[in-house]
Amino acid sequence: MTKDKLIALNKLSLGQSGKVHSLSAIGQQRRRMLDLGLVSGTVVKALQISPSGDPTAYMIRGAVIALRSEEASKIMILALEG
Amino acid sequence: MGLTKKNIGISVLGDGFKIDKIEDSDKIIALGGNPNVGKSTVFNSLTGLKQHTGNWPGKTVANARGEYKYKDNRFIVVDLPGAYSLMSSSLEEEIARDFICFARPDATVIVADATCLERNLNFILQTMEITDKVIVCVNLIDEAKRKKINIDTAKLSQILKIPVIATVARKKRGLNNLPQTVYDVCNNQIHNTPYQVRYDQALEGALEKLLPAVKETALNKLNSRWIALKLLENDEKLIKSLNTYLGVDIANNKKLQQAVNQALDYLESQGVGRENIRDKIVAGLFAAAEEIYAQTVQTKNKEYNLMDRKIDKILTSKKFGIPVMLALLGFILWLTIAGANFPSNMLSRFFAFLETKLLYLFELMNSPDWVTGIVVLGVYRTLSWVVSVMLPPMAIFFPLFTLLEDLGYLPRVAFNLDNFFKKSKAHGKQALTMCMGFGCNAAGVIGCRIIESPRERLIAILTNNFVPCNGRFPILTAVISMFFAGVFVPALQSLISALILTAVILLGVFMTLLVSRLLSATVLKGMPSNFTLELPPYRKPQIGRIIVRSIFDRTLFVLGRAVAVAIPAGMVIWLMANINVDGISLLKHCADFLQPFAYWLGMDGYILMAFVLGFPANEIVIPIIIMSYLSAGTLTEAAGLEQLRALLVSNGWTWITAVCVMLFTLMHWPCGTTCLTVKKETQSAKWTLAAFLIPTVTGMLCCFVFANVARLFTAI
Repeated sequence: MTKDKLIALNKLSLGQSGKVHSLSAIGQQRRRMLDLGLVSGTVVKALQISPSGDPTAYMIRGAVIALRSEEASKIMILALEG
Repeated sequence: MGLTKKNIGISVLGDGFKIDKIEDSDKIIALGGNPNVGKSTVFNSLTGLKQHTGNWPGKTVANARGEYKYKDNRFIVVDLPGAYSLMSSSLEEEIARDFICFARPDATVIVADATCLERNLNFILQTMEITDKVIVCVNLIDEAKRKKINIDTAKLSQILKIPVIATVARKKRGLNNLPQTVYDVCNNQIHNTPYQVRYDQALEGALEKLLPAVKETALNKLNSRWIALKLLENDEKLIKSLNTYLGVDIANNKKLQQAVNQALDYLESQGVGRENIRDKIVAGLFAAAEEIYAQTVQTKNKEYNLMDRKIDKILTSKKFGIPVMLALLGFILWLTIAGANFPSNMLSRFFAFLETKLLYLFELMNSPDWVTGIVVLGVYRTLSWVVSVMLPPMAIFFPLFTLLEDLGYLPRVAFNLDNFFKKSKAHGKQALTMCMGFGCNAAGVIGCRIIESPRERLIAILTNNFVPCNGRFPILTAVISMFFAGVFVPALQSLISALILTAVILLGVFMTLLVSRLLSATVLKGMPSNFTLELPPYRKPQIGRIIVRSIFDRTLFVLGRAVAVAIPAGMVIWLMANINVDGISLLKHCADFLQPFAYWLGMDGYILMAFVLGFPANEIVIPIIIMSYLSAGTLTEAAGLEQLRALLVSNGWTWITAVCVMLFTLMHWPCGTTCLTVKKETQSAKWTLAAFLIPTVTGMLCCFVFANVARLFTAI
């Protein structure tokens, strides 16, 4: 895998980490994401997927936050190796 | 399941501004912080109030208020709703922000989670931009230690230039310093000159240009730098609040507008467009938070929350997540039913024994028949049923449920089930409000405030009644054990009851999802709004506190309400059964009137009337049914479930009646308290009516279909 692959957060496999590159969400949704600390450079790790298939839990700045795939698809990240 | 007098009767959000100081020396303290950091616990230990606490974000949904005395001042503490930031992304944040900004508290205490300090710092830094009278409580320091997170609070205080206190609020550790620090800050004995976040060059340049113009207006009462930031960001809600509270109409202040535009042009020239300003601000805040975090926090163990992740791997895994959840539900119900059996029997025997003594006493006193009737056969019997049937299961169920809440399991339930809610175009946090509904639907309806989007919140409010509350459990368990579990050997009976009850609850969940979907497709059209759900760290539950809290705050409160309703209801029923018109009792008149309709629902007139009379509280439905049959029939006593079953069967109950009663228990109009709460929360008579009609019509349809199909089959 190349080192700096730009993907949407919902494509990040479980256990993998990525660095936030940009947000394509707007308005309220974008504000909410920013409040959680999803600014560019923030490291996000995919932890766990809900047994019902969605949402996925991510480690964001020391907190575990679940995001639905619709939200996660609006967060572009650079997948980190490992 | 925040079930206290306070949040049942609490007024709507946002009225926390008018605080009446009795004396000038009274001080106002705002208590803020991220959700689920132990704010309520700090609040309780400061004020001695018993605000309900639980390990899930969004529990404090309205401003709670309390007070305490320290030295020569009275301190009024306002517990603000938990918020991730003060940038008014949600109603809670707006309330918290406006309070800190415009109610001008004498000190703002921010409770921060030691195990997640970085994100909490964001909130702290934002507060420090608004007010310099800030005190930080780094709470849950014991959890942090356990996870080998070492926090240098002295250094943190030194960097932030405000008092920082390390606390374990649950164990009241470190809190004894808080009143003194609050006192000192309020009385200006500590002069805070808080650290200010430095933003990037472009933003700082723009701020410099804007500041003089801000300082010329009445806005100088507030922190000018912060106001300037908000003007650049074009925070419309704040700009509106500035007009409301300070009378500064920014849109019509030409000079200020001009300065804002100049600053924005400058930013533009530096390559920062208007739409990027907020991002820049947040990035600046988090960069500062990161830096401070790095200087004050050491994590010896990088994988400090490994244990939580391991637990989550089981409790929310694809394979085990949902089975474990169902098993837990079934197990709790089984413990409740099995455990309540014996004490319930003891109590009802005791009450029956007391009844004979009471009757004897009334006879000795030569009291007229109608007095004996009302007091003993009416009020006393209804009361004894309510107490003996409700108290034991509640005393078991509530502590168990509180335990799950305290551990942090409830957000996992929401996480596990979210996709079902998403498919119904509803909000995943609706699962949390349903959990609250188990205790009391009124509490569940208030809890819907945790859902930000008005559409999804309304769906959650309208469907909350599909979760059977604690007042309806006894009806279900009584019917189940009389008509279904009773045929099994005694050892299996509780287990079968629990299984059937679980199935009934699952039906309720299914109906919730179905009705939510239907509402989303019709009157409440729309797509799911944004969804973020925090899964908090698991916390060691405080067993002693759980028991005390769930017994006093919940069990006795719910029981008290049931008793308060049972007394007049017992009276009314006895009177109705004994006042004759045309030689037939009023009770029978009413029942006869309802009979044809009730028949189509698989029940009889007495049952339907009991549900109608049970509107103030569902707890009294079964006692009303019993008393009606007793007064109309030949049996005079029904102490145990055995006799009760015989009584019901002799009044025409079959298994079809039993199922229909259960269906109707699960789905009929919400109780009076819940209806009032829906009215209060929605501020709309129309939606209150909808909340009344939706479960009623659904229940009637289900009963009608079931009863008639079943009759058809049994006729064959």
